[in-house]
Amino acid sequence: MSSVVLDVEHNDVHSHDDHHEHHGNFWTNYVFSYDHKVIAKQYLISGILWAIIGGGLSLLFRIQLGFPEANLEWLRPLLGDWITESGKMDTTFYLAAVTMHGTIMVFFVLTAGLSGTFSNFLIPLQIGARDMASGFMNMLSYWLFALASVIMLASLFTSTGPASGGWVIYPPLSALPQAVSGSGIGMTLWLVSMVFFIASSLLGSINYISTVINLRTAGMSFAKMPLTIWSFFITAVIGILSFPVLFAAALLLVFDRSFGTSFYLSDIYIQGELLEHSGGSPILFQHLFWFLGHPEVYIVLLPALGLTSEVISTNSRKPIFGYRAMIGSMLGIAFLSFIVWAHHMFVSGMNPFLGTIFMFLTLIIAVPSAVKAFNYITTLFRGNIVFTPAMLFSIGLVSLFISGGVTGIILGNSALDIQLHDTYFVVAHFHLVMGSAAFFGMMAGVYHWFPKMFGKMMNSGLGYVHFWLTFLGAYMVFFPMHYIGIAGFPRRYYSFTNFDAFSTFADLNAFISIAAIVTVTGQFIFIFNFFWSMFRGKNAPLNPWGSNTLEWTTPRKPGHGNWPGALPIVYRWPYDYSKPDADKDGFGDFIPQDVPLSKTMESNTDEERVLAQLDSDLQKLGEEREKNPFI
Amino acid sequence: MTTALLIATGIILIVAVLALVYRIINLVGIAKEDSNKVTFSNKINGALFPILLVVGLGLIYWSYNDASQYFLPEAASIHGKETDALFNITLGVVFAAFVVTHLLLFTFPFFFQYSEKRKADFYPHNDKLEIAWTAVPAIVMAVLVIFGWRAWADITAPASDSALQVELMGKQFAWEIRYPGKDLKLGKYDVANIDNTNSMGIDFDDVNANDDFMAREIVLPVGKEVELKIRAIDVIHSVFLPHFRVKMDAVPGMPTRFKFTPSITTSEMRTKTNNPKFNYELACTEVCGYGHFGMRRIVKIVSQAEYDEWLMKQKSWLEKNPDYMATWEAKKAEKDAVAQAR
Repeated sequence: MSSVVLDVEHNDVHSHDDHHEHHGNFWTNYVFSYDHKVIAKQYLISGILWAIIGGGLSLLFRIQLGFPEANLEWLRPLLGDWITESGKMDTTFYLAAVTMHGTIMVFFVLTAGLSGTFSNFLIPLQIGARDMASGFMNMLSYWLFALASVIMLASLFTSTGPASGGWVIYPPLSALPQAVSGSGIGMTLWLVSMVFFIASSLLGSINYISTVINLRTAGMSFAKMPLTIWSFFITAVIGILSFPVLFAAALLLVFDRSFGTSFYLSDIYIQGELLEHSGGSPILFQHLFWFLGHPEVYIVLLPALGLTSEVISTNSRKPIFGYRAMIGSMLGIAFLSFIVWAHHMFVSGMNPFLGTIFMFLTLIIAVPSAVKAFNYITTLFRGNIVFTPAMLFSIGLVSLFISGGVTGIILGNSALDIQLHDTYFVVAHFHLVMGSAAFFGMMAGVYHWFPKMFGKMMNSGLGYVHFWLTFLGAYMVFFPMHYIGIAGFPRRYYSFTNFDAFSTFADLNAFISIAAIVTVTGQFIFIFNFFWSMFRGKNAPLNPWGSNTLEWTTPRKPGHGNWPGALPIVYRWPYDYSKPDADKDGFGDFIPQDVPLSKTMESNTDEERVLAQLDSDLQKLGEEREKNPFI
Repeated sequence: MTTALLIATGIILIVAVLALVYRIINLVGIAKEDSNKVTFSNKINGALFPILLVVGLGLIYWSYNDASQYFLPEAASIHGKETDALFNITLGVVFAAFVVTHLLLFTFPFFFQYSEKRKADFYPHNDKLEIAWTAVPAIVMAVLVIFGWRAWADITAPASDSALQVELMGKQFAWEIRYPGKDLKLGKYDVANIDNTNSMGIDFDDVNANDDFMAREIVLPVGKEVELKIRAIDVIHSVFLPHFRVKMDAVPGMPTRFKFTPSITTSEMRTKTNNPKFNYELACTEVCGYGHFGMRRIVKIVSQAEYDEWLMKQKSWLEKNPDYMATWEAKKAEKDAVAQAR
């Protein structure tokens, strides 16, 4: 590992290895780079590739659900034996597709692709650091993720198929190879992949936390940090506290699968054979899984909310409303996320008293969530709103966050959950509040920070088309799912035609599938725009959105170390937009964080004037002391 | 629904055309080297939000009315009616929150879109406002928690001693159904007893099991409390009786239970739904393998008299399998011998 030297005067951590990086070869500059910006791009490109695979799988099972009687022989070149002789999709492949879609989207796209990209990219840039606390660990974190990706990808091509017990991999289904074909080598690869993924996630999170705590530039107190950094910081803490529990759960599952233990297994008679497992409980796994699984919702969502806070404030040309309340609500959500996990288990057979407790705690989480939604809306109030694609995606996120969030109030009520649990109502809820909202946050982030990532502008027109298509598409796919959920449609069904009660919404299912095909296909507008703009886009101005945060004070394409000279010093919070009398101080509708308060006496608030005066007095005193040491 | 499909597809196309229009406008802006300036597309985007609000709320109103005829019919259990009422109240509350927030979220972009002549407000916080919108959701949640807790407590309370016990056992990919005989007591079971004949592993050393019988359909008397005793033998399944608002996982090694009181007979529901072929159904809602979607059983709710008549016709499992006790004794002797040898 590289040695690190602390330059106290400039609060500057600089790695000796950085010098080698400047003059490194292709491998050290672009593949095994220590530079947080390169690693962020690696995460982003990987996330996009995974999104194509995960989205593609969703199209396959939506085709099955929308058109259950259709002949799918035309998919044989892609799916081979997964299309049966009668031209139908194989039922085991259907389950595998559903499982892998969930796994890929939750972990590989929305955790690694979103949090990995923007935590890496923005933390050093927005807190005024040269890089992450450990560049080596950061590089290792990405390559462990890449290894996890390769293993998970390999599982798609095993003869018995990938894991197919749902992304929650509940045992005994996941523990018994004879239970379902995907519980063989596919499940083993799933578990091995997740081990590497968790290791990657932990390395990343440790780095984010230590960087935020230790490497903030002069003046960047916690009270002056952008909400993006707060969200990444809190997300990293959640990850560190919850992922190890999933690791433990997976480890015990491996023991049950391979070494004859019975942590999760008891009284099993399967395939004509009585197994010698006794004394275990599948419910134990569910508790352990959801101890990660529920915070995972916020590991995915909080960074998206952080990015949105920044984008909405910048493009409304207003301070984010209730900065402290936003931080408080994120902390509240993070804390509560650890004590609501069993609302996923109201009908698992656990003690009903626990159901009461978890219903109470679950509904409390609506309060900080409501605070966030109201604060976003109030930020728009009397703003001067510029609709960049990033801004559109941010407003879209708030809408989806509200729509998906309010249905959570229904599901969090244990008595109502009895009817709705494991139906499409749940699918609609989490796809809106977590899946789509986080995806929109990711898109907002890409459109907003693309100029800083690649030194180029993305095409706004294509961005608008992309947004409206995706926004309408998200609602057209997921809103009707509430209806079929209320009708009781269970999730993960290959076909609904067996049941009279569930066969009434065939047309609506077809509609959802068509909307999904249009929406997913529409994402190629973004992919084209992304890669085209990367090479052919217009050169980006230094600060294209008129933003206050420190990343926009770097060169157009910052090198390793981010700032060529000394690190910037922070004097103010990041949301000084449209301050009264800023014009008189020579500023327009924004004052960057590195502008001293003493330069903006007209536009300072009363409190800031006092601080500016103190600063000014101290500066004068210092100067006089230099002249006369006896003062 | 086909109409819905066409309308929705039309809306997508209209929006796509609108988007393309301001794509062209944007390109014109680029041609004029005007790209740094906020262009006309800002106005279009600002206007599209309130348009979407009006069109969206209209679509929600229309689609809900259209789709609600296909929702599950009136709950056919006593607690189901209570939870449906709670669901409707909660839905009303959250829909109001949804409408109010979206009214603001989608009109502010129109009213406060960019203008060179205007400067945004510097409005970083308002403590009273923030306290208000923290307190209001908290109070609403508290009320919902109280109602929810009361319903949950009623639903999950132990069944009365007079409740009819019925055992449901999930396995890949079917449900097995067992009733107590005349003694009204279900006999014990053990997975170790399962064989080709005794698929539920009934323990015939327990005298209570001697008159137990298995059925192909679940038949229940209306108005009588029923306690479902639920278990599984391979993987997790989940008992779902949608019309009765009943759901409970079937977990290997951990028996579960759910009590409910059917309130509408099958024939009454056939009249209500105007569907002579209507049947209540039992489904599985916990993914359990490739046949998950096929775990269907019919549930019949009948009058007490019809139920008594049906009950009289049922033969106990042992009556249907008269040779089994010989096998049972032989297996038992074999087990005892193995145990003694150890």
